[in-house]
Amino acid sequence: MTRAGPLRATLLAGSDGLEARHAALIAPGWRSRGGMMLALGGVVALYAAGLAILDISPARIAGGLGRLGDIAALMVPPTPETWSRFQIYLAALGQTLSIAFLGTLTAALLALPVGFLAARNVVANRIVHLLTRRGLDTVRSVDTLVWALIWINVVGLGPFAGALAIMCADFGAFGKLMSEAIETADRRPVEGVLSTGGGRLASIRFGVVPQVLPVFASQVLYFFESNTRSATIIGIVGAGGIGLHLSELIRVLEWQQAAFVILMVLVTVAAIDAVSQRLRAAIIGRRAG
Amino acid sequence: MTRTITVPPDAQLAPMLRAYAESVAARRRHFMFGLTILAAAVALSAVGIEIDPGLFWAKLGNFTSYFDRLLHLDTGALVWTDPGEWFWGLRRWLRLLGETLLMAYVGTLTGAVLAFLGCFLCSRNLMRSAVLRMVVRRLLEICRTVPDIVFALIFVIAFGLGALPGVLALAIHTTGALGKLFAEVVENIDMRPVDGIAATGGSWFAQVRFGAVPQVLSNFASYAVLRFEINVRGAAVLGFVGAGGIGEELIVAIRKFFYSDVSAILLMLVVCVMLIDTLSERLRHGLLAMEARR
Repeated sequence: MTRAGPLRATLLAGSDGLEARHAALIAPGWRSRGGMMLALGGVVALYAAGLAILDISPARIAGGLGRLGDIAALMVPPTPETWSRFQIYLAALGQTLSIAFLGTLTAALLALPVGFLAARNVVANRIVHLLTRRGLDTVRSVDTLVWALIWINVVGLGPFAGALAIMCADFGAFGKLMSEAIETADRRPVEGVLSTGGGRLASIRFGVVPQVLPVFASQVLYFFESNTRSATIIGIVGAGGIGLHLSELIRVLEWQQAAFVILMVLVTVAAIDAVSQRLRAAIIGRRAG
Repeated sequence: MTRTITVPPDAQLAPMLRAYAESVAARRRHFMFGLTILAAAVALSAVGIEIDPGLFWAKLGNFTSYFDRLLHLDTGALVWTDPGEWFWGLRRWLRLLGETLLMAYVGTLTGAVLAFLGCFLCSRNLMRSAVLRMVVRRLLEICRTVPDIVFALIFVIAFGLGALPGVLALAIHTTGALGKLFAEVVENIDMRPVDGIAATGGSWFAQVRFGAVPQVLSNFASYAVLRFEINVRGAAVLGFVGAGGIGEELIVAIRKFFYSDVSAILLMLVVCVMLIDTLSERLRHGLLAMEARR
């Protein structure tokens, strides 16, 4: 798209001077560009090495994609086949939701006191603070599925182990979030309570808790959303819920039913997201207003 | 310093106190109502998943003794008395751990590149076609709602056992998750550079390349690094369904009750994840500092 005219001519005529004046901006020196190229080269080289080491070749991808296409074709139309199977899947989905709900709630209740311990402005002791933080980090870095396997060894197969696994995996994350929320809480209400003669406990109860609770409640809801997703897969290792059915259906190549179960999960997750988004807005809005 | 507080006469005070009591009572009622619903939901789901506090209490000893067993070698000695025996498979496990990290890296990078391409197509300020925007958004949503391990289950059948299905599963999930975050970043950019390029007759591609990309790059990189951190954890368990990495070794050890192996592998995983968390936090702070300097 070119436009003839005096403006264009003037601009073009002045462009040499413009380039000379802002040389650094228009063409950055080879130093910064070289650093960028080096970093980019490293990233690409590692990627290529990764592809080679992991034995990923275009031929394998192409072959797999062909089979994937076949599978996708076998998936339509998604159907539960019989009404009684649909009821079984529905019950399992309810179980999944229960696992997510109870796991999240218990984790939140347990993390509440620990969050206070890990907050720098509540417990001034550096060692307590550090130990709790590291402990929470350790708990957090073990995946939900691993926790599920451990709890299965303890309480046996079934949804109970799943709920305990969700609880453990979230406990670490909640504790960290909670302590951060407490650390960023406004000091003034605390000082207010202390100045009227309130004790240390009262200052936490009336100074910190009212500030932290809505933040925490909305985080709990957010985790409930994400845990609904985790709880759908926890059944893969035998800890209850819809995952057990899903992995079995995939293993025995019942693609239509598998697709139906996946759709059920998608719909449920979307519904939970919508509900919890509303609740979150209500909780935060009520406090702010 | 003494100060007298004037207390209003009772006639004036009474309605104020009443109003206060009423508002507190209303809040209490609200709270109690919420609590009742919560309790009902807890009871319902507790019955639904066969929660048995008695069982929990009876088996709690198993939990502690399980960890106790994790800390003992087959010979009965505590694990740290003989590190050589504890980490007997160190070479193999390190290789598998490296494979896990590579899977996370390749998966994250692939997903990030795809998300980068997708996010400009679904951001309201850069893409005028509502239909295209809608289609890309829905695609990203599906990619991130289906858990990566479900993709892995399906891909293992299509592509065969190994790292490839795991990498693809991670890549697809990452595309969905990062695509959404990237699009949010793009929708919050300063539109003046883009308008400027449009005004000089730049094509859509030029507008995105020179107007939008320089503003979002460091933010994108920071999100991608964060996602890498998450994907390392994800990649570690993909082996449970046969999609490569250290997960396969871990699940075999747990299922066959090789206690000291379980603790050794878990320890390696935890240390590795913590190391990566620290490194990525540094890197992200560096990237954000770069952004601030611009």
